[in-house]
Amino acid sequence: MTHQLHIQHLLWRFGFGPKAADWAKWQTLTPAAAWANLRKTALQTPVEPLIIADSVLDGLLKGIGETVDMERRELSKEEKKEVRQRSRSGLQRLNLQWTDTMTHSGAQLREKMAFFWHGHFASRNINVLYQQQLLHVVRTHALGNFGALLTEVSKSAAMLSFLNNQQNKKKKPNENFAREVMELFTLGRGQYTETDVKEAARAFTGWGHKLDGTFAFRKIWHDDDNKTVLGQTGRWDGDDVLRILLEQPATARWMVRKLYRFLVNDTQIPEQRVAELAAIFRKNNYEIMPLLDAIAQSAWFYEDQNIGRKIKSPVELWVGMCRQLNVQLEQPDHQILLQNALGQVLFYPPNVAGWPGGRNWIDATSLLLRLRIPQMVAANGDFDLNTKDDDDQLMGEGKKSALRRKLAATVDFSALERLFPKANASALPLDMARFLWQLPTPTPPTEVLRRHTDTSNHPQQVRSTAIQLMATPEYQLC
Amino acid sequence: MQRRSFLKNIPLASASLWLPRFLQAQAQPGLLRPNGKILVMLQLSGGNDGLNTLAPISNDIYYRERPRIAIDPKEALRLTEHAGLHPSLTALRSLYDKGHLAVLNSVGYPNPDRSHFRSMDIWHTGSPADEYWSQGWLGRYLDAQCGEQCPRATGALEIDDTLGLALKGAQNNGLALQNPQRLYEMAHSAYFEDYAAATANTTAPDDHPVGYLYKTMRDALSSADYLLERSKAKTARGNYPDSELGRHFQTIASLILADADTSVYYVSHGSFDTHVNQQGQQKRLFEDMNQALEAFAATLQEQGRWQDVLVVTFSEFGRRVAQNASNGTDHGAANLMFFAGGGLKKSGILNGMPDLSQLTDGDLPYDIDFRRVYATLLENWLGVDAKAVLGGEFGRLGFV
Repeated sequence: MTHQLHIQHLLWRFGFGPKAADWAKWQTLTPAAAWANLRKTALQTPVEPLIIADSVLDGLLKGIGETVDMERRELSKEEKKEVRQRSRSGLQRLNLQWTDTMTHSGAQLREKMAFFWHGHFASRNINVLYQQQLLHVVRTHALGNFGALLTEVSKSAAMLSFLNNQQNKKKKPNENFAREVMELFTLGRGQYTETDVKEAARAFTGWGHKLDGTFAFRKIWHDDDNKTVLGQTGRWDGDDVLRILLEQPATARWMVRKLYRFLVNDTQIPEQRVAELAAIFRKNNYEIMPLLDAIAQSAWFYEDQNIGRKIKSPVELWVGMCRQLNVQLEQPDHQILLQNALGQVLFYPPNVAGWPGGRNWIDATSLLLRLRIPQMVAANGDFDLNTKDDDDQLMGEGKKSALRRKLAATVDFSALERLFPKANASALPLDMARFLWQLPTPTPPTEVLRRHTDTSNHPQQVRSTAIQLMATPEYQLC
Repeated sequence: MQRRSFLKNIPLASASLWLPRFLQAQAQPGLLRPNGKILVMLQLSGGNDGLNTLAPISNDIYYRERPRIAIDPKEALRLTEHAGLHPSLTALRSLYDKGHLAVLNSVGYPNPDRSHFRSMDIWHTGSPADEYWSQGWLGRYLDAQCGEQCPRATGALEIDDTLGLALKGAQNNGLALQNPQRLYEMAHSAYFEDYAAATANTTAPDDHPVGYLYKTMRDALSSADYLLERSKAKTARGNYPDSELGRHFQTIASLILADADTSVYYVSHGSFDTHVNQQGQQKRLFEDMNQALEAFAATLQEQGRWQDVLVVTFSEFGRRVAQNASNGTDHGAANLMFFAGGGLKKSGILNGMPDLSQLTDGDLPYDIDFRRVYATLLENWLGVDAKAVLGGEFGRLGFV
């Protein structure tokens, strides 16, 4: 049983959990072989860009069929409104495409790490084309080199405009971008001075983007004088500052600590282990795979105190459930309402610091909804939610969304029925709990389950036991 | 289903006898509302235009910068020679006349952010503009009030389907509900109750998060029961508008009259993001708000509870002084706050009208840090140590 728990642990932390349909295959592997399989599949699967097709947006932003100089082109007020409105639905489609990829892609490791980077390089930008470009950056570099990833994110239109670097000019520096790059993306708070922020901001002057989202260095806005950043003096530009930041040991420590929280344990973080992993990260010139290898191949990764202690984020909860139950929503965009109600909508992080996670996901109201979802999905239950609106995107154009509808879905239990055959009917609750719960010694309240499950025939028993086991506090953990 | 109708028909005193034992254990009277004071936060989402809410009716700059959308001085509800309320805010006018309304102008914070989301974050957490906090100021109020564990999740209620950041603390959270009936239907399930009862005495090893989840589940179930029971006790009657906000204020009034152990209610209204054709949109929202507040104040006055209640309005920011080309206004900085209730120590316009000749990038600079207002509400009204909640000294004001 420990073996099963450990493979599931690996799949939950470096992916979105075991898929019922191919669990039989994974079950037979050793943790080492499972890890080799995860990394190989992810590294060998080409990264297909996720693209929402919108020829009007493309025309507006990329200037298809036009010969105007994109560098100088500005959108009119009406065009901006058009971009905003098309982006709103475009971001929904992009969201659905990505969650679908998370659910079905064999490259679980890549999508899970891209999800991590999506929260680390958190950007709110109402322009779907820019968000799409940034998503492609984090998916492409998810398992590559952190320095290259940092550089590409820092040169993305989504981040440059979100953090106001378009307004960062020699005559009037804007420090927002420089500050967040240091505080959140590399060093962490307390590892730099206010002077470092001011000096770095001067180095980033002139970094901007064109309408089509490509990076642009505007020399006339750049401050070409000497700057001193973290003790190094020179006529630095943005690339120099990123190099200096990567040279700081604090950057490796900050990143390792954050990744440890995400992959291993979000409350107990031994500093000695962080230091060891940070040394590996630096020795490998910030290559991400050697760091992931060090974690996945360690003995401590599989210790009981690191298993089943993470509260699933809303996206992990939903995607994990879809992998186990093969859920097909009749109206796929309903899952965005769920993300909203549970507090995590992809492409809408609360701020540049990303989602705080952990216990922050859980309050009495959100837990009740989490407990209700399996039943709603299985029984086409009522789905009755008013979600909070987003004024940054609606710009006062929206009406308060009142949603009274069914969460209509089809659920395919056949894979679960095959995994839990008839012969073991009396052991079924415990067997299923071992698969659905990430606990070293699951003790489902058998009497309660017996009372509330339908045991009239085998398919019914599998179905109702699965739903009841998912409608529990234990199922919120991975 | 059976249970709901059962609750409806039995005398209240005995309703708690029916509760499963683990719920009864939790239903003891707690310290959720120690001094009997109640705070109602009314969030005007989207950035309400303060200058057209309490208009500087004697100010030439105001009329020069807003040729199409300024409040007509003849229609304004004149409070002083220099200040006139938006014509739709008649209820605020009569509260003002009774000494039940106070106004603070120019409330804000240093380095204001013009993104709705970010600025609302700052107001929700009480953080400095360059820090990202993941706990809200009212959630931290619950932490200060109850310590490790509030007896129930009902200390602070947000009338909404999802709980906002303002009510999330480190140890304790508020509870979100549209109304007690809906929350009850969400929570009510024989399976959940059996499950919660079966795990009531399960002790999770050290700080295993499953313990926290069990506790939150029990809290949710017992709070849903408690609030339904309370809401059956009293229904506030009155001329509440047939609108979402009207129903929300009616729900709040009912729970206050039924002596629910809630000290903070939180409700949002909007969207006040009036970039285009501001006048119609703001008027519509104000008429709704005005009628809801009028009914709410009337209910509580009739029942002798108005002196225990303070309604506070805020927005994530105010709006530009100058109107834009679409007869609207764009995102600005400092803004006004209203305080309405029967227990004010000082009423009226507490500080001067904003000085429109001293702008920062076309925006009103702040005069009073919003955390000073929070400190006042926490310490003077709710009776907790403001410094512990806000993480610093911001001084206090004397209006409550």
